[in-house]
Amino acid sequence: MEDERGGAPVTVLVNGQRREVRTEPDTALLYVLRNHLGLKGTRFGCGLGLCGACLVLVDGQAAYSCDLPLWAVRDKAVTTVEGLGTPGRPHPVTRALIAGQAAQCGYCLSGVIIAAAALLGRDADPPEEQVRAALDGNLCRCGAHNRIVRAVLAAAAELRAEPRDRPRPRAMP
Amino acid sequence: MRPAQDTALPPSLAANPRLGAWLRVRPGRVVEGGGEGGGVEGGVVEVWPGKVELGQGVLTALAQIAAEELDVGLGQVRMVPAVTGLSPDEGYTAGSMSIQYSGAALRLVCAEARGRYLAAAAARLGVTEDKLTVGDGQFLAPDGRATSYWELADDGLLDRPATGGYPPKPTSAYRLVGTSVPRLDLPDKLAGRPRYAHDLAPDGLCYGRVVRPPARGATLTDLDQAAALALPGVLAVVRDGSFLGVVAEREEVALRAADRLREGAVWGRRPTLPDAGDLPAFLVSAAAETAVLAEAGQPPAPGRVAAGHEATYHRPYLAHASMGPSTATALASDSDQNGARLRVWSHTQGVYQLRAELARALDLSPDDITVTHVAGAGCYGHNGADDAALDAALLALAVPGRPVQVVWSRADELGWAPFGAAAVVRLAAETDPAGNVLSWRHEIWGNGHSTRPGSAPGTSPVALLAAGHRARGADIEAAAEPPMARGGGAGRNSVPGYAFPAYQVVNHRLLEMPLRTSALRSLGAFVNVFAAESFLDELAAAAGRDPVEYRLSCLADPRARAVVEAAARRSGWDSWAPHKPGEPDESAGHGIGFARYKNTAAYCAVVAEVTAVTEVRVRRLTIAVDAGLIINPDGAANQVEGGAIQAVSWTLKEQVRFDRYGVTSDTWETYPILRFSEVPAVDVELMAGRGNPALGIGETAQGPTAAAIGNAVYDALGVRVRTLPFTEENVVAALPG
Repeated sequence: MEDERGGAPVTVLVNGQRREVRTEPDTALLYVLRNHLGLKGTRFGCGLGLCGACLVLVDGQAAYSCDLPLWAVRDKAVTTVEGLGTPGRPHPVTRALIAGQAAQCGYCLSGVIIAAAALLGRDADPPEEQVRAALDGNLCRCGAHNRIVRAVLAAAAELRAEPRDRPRPRAMP
Repeated sequence: MRPAQDTALPPSLAANPRLGAWLRVRPGRVVEGGGEGGGVEGGVVEVWPGKVELGQGVLTALAQIAAEELDVGLGQVRMVPAVTGLSPDEGYTAGSMSIQYSGAALRLVCAEARGRYLAAAAARLGVTEDKLTVGDGQFLAPDGRATSYWELADDGLLDRPATGGYPPKPTSAYRLVGTSVPRLDLPDKLAGRPRYAHDLAPDGLCYGRVVRPPARGATLTDLDQAAALALPGVLAVVRDGSFLGVVAEREEVALRAADRLREGAVWGRRPTLPDAGDLPAFLVSAAAETAVLAEAGQPPAPGRVAAGHEATYHRPYLAHASMGPSTATALASDSDQNGARLRVWSHTQGVYQLRAELARALDLSPDDITVTHVAGAGCYGHNGADDAALDAALLALAVPGRPVQVVWSRADELGWAPFGAAAVVRLAAETDPAGNVLSWRHEIWGNGHSTRPGSAPGTSPVALLAAGHRARGADIEAAAEPPMARGGGAGRNSVPGYAFPAYQVVNHRLLEMPLRTSALRSLGAFVNVFAAESFLDELAAAAGRDPVEYRLSCLADPRARAVVEAAARRSGWDSWAPHKPGEPDESAGHGIGFARYKNTAAYCAVVAEVTAVTEVRVRRLTIAVDAGLIINPDGAANQVEGGAIQAVSWTLKEQVRFDRYGVTSDTWETYPILRFSEVPAVDVELMAGRGNPALGIGETAQGPTAAAIGNAVYDALGVRVRTLPFTEENVVAALPG
């Protein structure tokens, strides 16, 4: 099945759609998302699962896509930041971040949004310390941390008021 | 309104005087329809600033300034990213100068453009200019007839040099400037839409990776590239001296091929770096050029001096540590097609400077190269952005007609990008019996703070990383010291802002540069303010005086006094108690730091509250800033808070580590930065502008934050830690034997 570009067909389930890509099974999910599928919201930060810029949800759990081989997500549902909301109605965490201007360069925020969405999927009313602890795997270099934490708390409050936006974690097999 | 007499133009306007270089009115589309329905809709004013968005929100603030002066809506302004050949050359976006200087230029351009369009509108409507009201891009006559920028759109109106003769609005008439409008770029960036240089995906894009030497100064002596070339999808292996890279159809293939090249490369290595275990000893003994940067007053008569004091401070090398590793995309033309022979998309801080350096590196004319700015992650100074552009260009030249995107690895970003310079600062003072300073001496040892492209003479080696690795390449020249009139580099904020009767500032600029140093947010101000404000606290303590009272006793500038007083008041300085009820912090302390950035930009005072046993934690920062006119208060507060939090990270945790061969702190585990649970509460007060012009704000908090933390640690522990960062190792080393 190889052509001069290399790779073989693999199917992935991303943002509710089955997509076929042509690569090797040990390719990191990040490159499939960004280049093969054009989903640029998931970002490269370190390649070692140490900064959180590349976080996605895999079956509702936050996972580092930069060192997650494609074979590991076979038959699993991958959700990227693009899949968390719609252009007309962004995810409540995204809305709260914009409302709170909780960013400077914004590069880390896709991962922050994923981590926060995963947290709020587990706990509708986390105290501030728990929000900070949940985001400790996400590095931010601009110093937007406090604004981000306030935005996540605001999004949690909004989700409690409007639970239909709340992401539901799937049971792990 | 008729032009008044010419006034002196701001420097970037004097250098780029044509109004049309800054602004273009783009006509909207004509809407058909009878009665009220017809007209022209959807026009925009394109603003072409020479400054670039670095995540600091500057394009939003500049859009506010433009919309304000033109009397158009913010939504009717479109900010165009800087591109060589079209955008005005405003130099680097750096040094907290964009609002202070570019804002001033844009304000005059827009005031004049409004005047020209107002005249055209008056002629069109057959009324005098003073009868027209302007708003949302419309020029409205008293009888209800109207026209608009979009209807009048004519590039000819702005195809003339600025006169500076159209006075901008008085600040009292502002409706948009001074308000916290939301950032224009955030909705896309937060929705994951492609907005970063990393996200470019032109047709035919292929992916490049560079294999760096395993050590500084290592040379590539042998290479087996067969294994890399055997990978399907590898387009080219590029070797030029010790520069080694690969281009592949897919990014994952480029990564694997780079790994195979690394395995197939044989390098000659030799130790080139100083002993990291005693960096201060290297800094004060290396070959250096010594200069007196500033001096004033006369030494005090010996009889007046009650005591002499001296202390030595040290900062390590610091990494910019951008969250997004440096990237660039380049396209070399494969034929005699129209346009540039080399196109580069980069998150550089200066498109023209990068173009000139690429031209030198590649032996091309600058006219053969186009550099377009695309946002990157926050850079905080000169990171690897420019270097990545040469990497991409070298690889693109091997595959003409195919755009090549290079993204640095995290290890290269932390290990090979320029660093903020390490330094030793020695302070000495003589005091009178009350502890007042009679003479002050500030002495600095370290490398300079800018090796940006264009900062060395045109005959010096190309200041891009790959250039030194290519065959016949040469090392980048040791960083120079810019004049103090431009804010200095190592000398930044070394001249006391206090009313001392006599002072002298001496800089020892190293002539060798074992690790490349270049601009990191605030340059030398970080260590100079840390050292001077720590030392001032030591003098206050020696005199048994309160740190706030002591500072106020020698601060003459009322704006400086005001921020110190505001930070103290807001933090509850006078009523502060380390042992809060129910919070038995046995080692809590508070401290203050103050500086006016560059001695010419924003004033900033910081009060830090810490807890310190062996691990130092910052609990709270209270910050007061006077930046004169604030364009966007929320954006300004965000910049100040962000800078302060970054400074907490530098102060508590950060230090580039290296052995005799290379940098060893090349992951987030070996170069840790502050995490969410370690970030202090931050409270920022922006002082009222009181009619003062805008002052740069982006770097003002760096030095005062470090000093405030150091002074708070002393308050908590009674121990003066003079070596950054305040790790357990350095705190323990400072404890009395």
